[in-house]
Amino acid sequence: MPSVMLDGVTKRFAADAVAVDDLSLEIADGEFMILVGSSGCGKTTALRMIAGLEKPTSGTIQIGDRIVNEVSARDRDIAMVFQNYALYPHMTVARNLGYPLRQRRVARSDVNRRVSEVAEMLGLAELLKRRPGQLSGGQRQRVAMGRALVREPEVFLLDEPLSNLDAKLRVEMRAALKRLHGRLGVTTVYVTHDQVEAMTLGDRIAVLSDGKLQQLGAPQDVYDHPANVFVAGFIGSPPMNLLRGRVRDGSATAGDLVVPAPGVSDRDVFVGVRPESLRPATNGMPSLGFEVAVVEPLGDEVIVHGFVGAELLGVSQERDDAALVAADGHRAEAVACLPPRDRPAEGSVIRLGVEPEEVHLFDADTGLAIRG
Amino acid sequence: MSVQPAVSVPERFPRLPDAPAPRGRGRLPFSGWHLVLAPVAAIMLVPLVWMLIVSLESQQQATSFPPQLIPSSVHLGNYSAAWNAVPFGRFFINSLLYSAATVAGNLLFCSLAAYAFARIRFFGREVLFVVLLATLMVPFQVILIPTFLIVKNLGLVDTLGGLIMPNLCSAFGIFMLRQFFRTLPIELEEAARIDGTSRLGILFKIVLPLSLPALATLGIIQFMWSWNDFLWPLIIIQSQTHDTLQLGLSQLQGAHFTQWNLLMAGTLMSQIPMLAAFLLAQRWFIRSVAFTGIK
Repeated sequence: MPSVMLDGVTKRFAADAVAVDDLSLEIADGEFMILVGSSGCGKTTALRMIAGLEKPTSGTIQIGDRIVNEVSARDRDIAMVFQNYALYPHMTVARNLGYPLRQRRVARSDVNRRVSEVAEMLGLAELLKRRPGQLSGGQRQRVAMGRALVREPEVFLLDEPLSNLDAKLRVEMRAALKRLHGRLGVTTVYVTHDQVEAMTLGDRIAVLSDGKLQQLGAPQDVYDHPANVFVAGFIGSPPMNLLRGRVRDGSATAGDLVVPAPGVSDRDVFVGVRPESLRPATNGMPSLGFEVAVVEPLGDEVIVHGFVGAELLGVSQERDDAALVAADGHRAEAVACLPPRDRPAEGSVIRLGVEPEEVHLFDADTGLAIRG
Repeated sequence: MSVQPAVSVPERFPRLPDAPAPRGRGRLPFSGWHLVLAPVAAIMLVPLVWMLIVSLESQQQATSFPPQLIPSSVHLGNYSAAWNAVPFGRFFINSLLYSAATVAGNLLFCSLAAYAFARIRFFGREVLFVVLLATLMVPFQVILIPTFLIVKNLGLVDTLGGLIMPNLCSAFGIFMLRQFFRTLPIELEEAARIDGTSRLGILFKIVLPLSLPALATLGIIQFMWSWNDFLWPLIIIQSQTHDTLQLGLSQLQGAHFTQWNLLMAGTLMSQIPMLAAFLLAQRWFIRSVAFTGIK
C-alpha cells in the first residue's frame, strides 16, 4: 500500500475562485485520513484531484513513489465511492461489482470469485441479481463500497459516503467502515462535513477551511488543542464558546471569567471554553454567571443554552473566514453540557466553573491558539 | 328548468375546496381530456381509413361520384395487382436498406458527435455547436444542388451508397442526443473513468445504455424520415432497380390516368413497416421510461 502526498497543491477554477489553496498533506501507507470542513471548503476538490478527476492548477500529487499529475484516473489504481454512489443503473449488482475488473480484462472466473468474495463480505450475496433501483439506500451504499473494494485498489477514496443514509444506518456503517479498514489496511482518504465521522473514523484528520489546511492531527489532539478559532469552533458539538477577552499581568479575563494565563503577554484574546468543560462552580474555581434560557435534556446529559455576561462568542461555521459574530452589548449566547443531576431551571442564573487547563486562549488578531 | 343533481349535498356540509370529486354515480369513467382527444384521433384516422376503403374497391368504384364509403364488392386482388404492376419487392428492399442504414448511421455518428459536444471540453465547442444548430434552419432544397454535386463527384449517382451517404448523420440527431446526454449524472461517467473505462468505453457501456429512450426516439424519427423521403431519392436515383418505395409508388400515378385503387393498395403496403417500427419503438419508449425511473 502506498502513501499519498500532496505538495503545495492549488486548484483555481477561475481567476478569483480558489478551491484548494497550497495544500500540503502526507497520507501514510495504510492510514485513514479524514478531510473535514464545511461545504465549499475545498475538501471534495482535493479528493477529486487525488482521484484524477480534476487537475491541480499547481503543485504535485504523488501516489506511492509516482507523481500522478499527468496520470489519468483509470491508471492511478485508486477506487472511489461517490456521495450519490454512482451505481450503473442498467447493470445488476453482480455486474456493477465486477465492472472494474472486467474493464481491466481480468479472467471471468477470477471476476466471479472476487465478486462473490466481496458480496459475502458486505452481505450482498442475496442481492446480486437485483438492479440498483431495487435496492434500499443502505444496500446501494454497500454495493458502492463493494465496487470500490473489488479491485483491491492501492488507495481508497470516499466522498461523504454516509451522508445519504438515515441516522441509525449511518452509525452502523460507520462502525462497519472502521472494521473494514482495520481488516484491509488500505490507504484511505475520506471526505466528510460530519465531525462525528471525522472524530470516530480517522487516524488523523485534516481540517480545511477556505481551501486552506487549518490543522492536521489525531482527532483527540485536534479536539484537545485546536490550532485556531476556526478549528475550535468547528470540531466539537455543541461548538466551543468563544468569548472576547484580554490578558493583563498573567491572567485572562472575559466578562466575569478570570483564568490564570501564566507567561502570556498582554493582548486581546478569545477565551474558548467547551460546553462540556463547564460544570457547576465549586470554590476557588474560575467561574462565570450563566443565565439559563433553554434546557435540552438528552438523557445522559443536559444541553443548556443561555447567556453569559461577556462580550460576544460563537464562531460562525457558515463563514469560512471564521469571522466572529459581533457582540450584542455585553450579553452573549453560550452553551453548556451538564450532567442530568445538575439540570438547572429555565430562567435561573447559575454559576458555572471551568478547570483552568480546559480553557483555550486564541490571539484576537491572528486567531491562532496561544496555549493548548 | 332546473336540473336535479344526481347526489345532493346538504348545504351545511360544504365541500372542502381540495376534497376529491365524489365517487360512484355521476362520475365519468374517463378523463375529460378524452372528450377532446378522441374526436381529434378520429379525424387523424380518416385519410387512413379512406386509403383502406379505396384500396379494396374496383377502379370504377374508386372513381365514382359520389364516393362509395362502403364498397359494394371487395377487391382484395388490388394488392397482388399493385405488387405485380411494379417490382415492389425490389423497392421494399431498397427502402429498407436506405432506412436501416441511415438509422444505424445516425445512431452511431450522432452519438459520437453529441457526446463530444456534451462532455468533452475542447476549443471552440460552443461556437461549433451554435453553427451546427444554425444548419438546422437551412432547408434541404437549398443544399440540394451542392449535395448532388458532391455525390456526383464521388461517382455515387444512381447508387444506394449515394442515396444513403448524405443522410448518415444529422444536426437534429446531434442536438437531441447532446441534450439528453447532458441530463445523465456526471458521476456515473467519473466512476467509470476511475473503474478503468476509456472515453469511447464510457460512451458505449454507460452513456448509450442509459440513453435508450433518446436513441429509440431518434431511430424512429430517422426511419420515418428516410422511409417517406421522396425528393432526394428522386434526384439521385435513375434506374428502376435502385428505386425506393416512394419512387416506385409514383410510377402507379400517371400524368393522365391514375389507378387509384392500386396506388392506395401499394401505399397501404408501403406503410406496414412504418407501423411495425412505431409499435416496436413504442414498447421501447415505455420500457425505457420505466427504466430511467430507477435512480
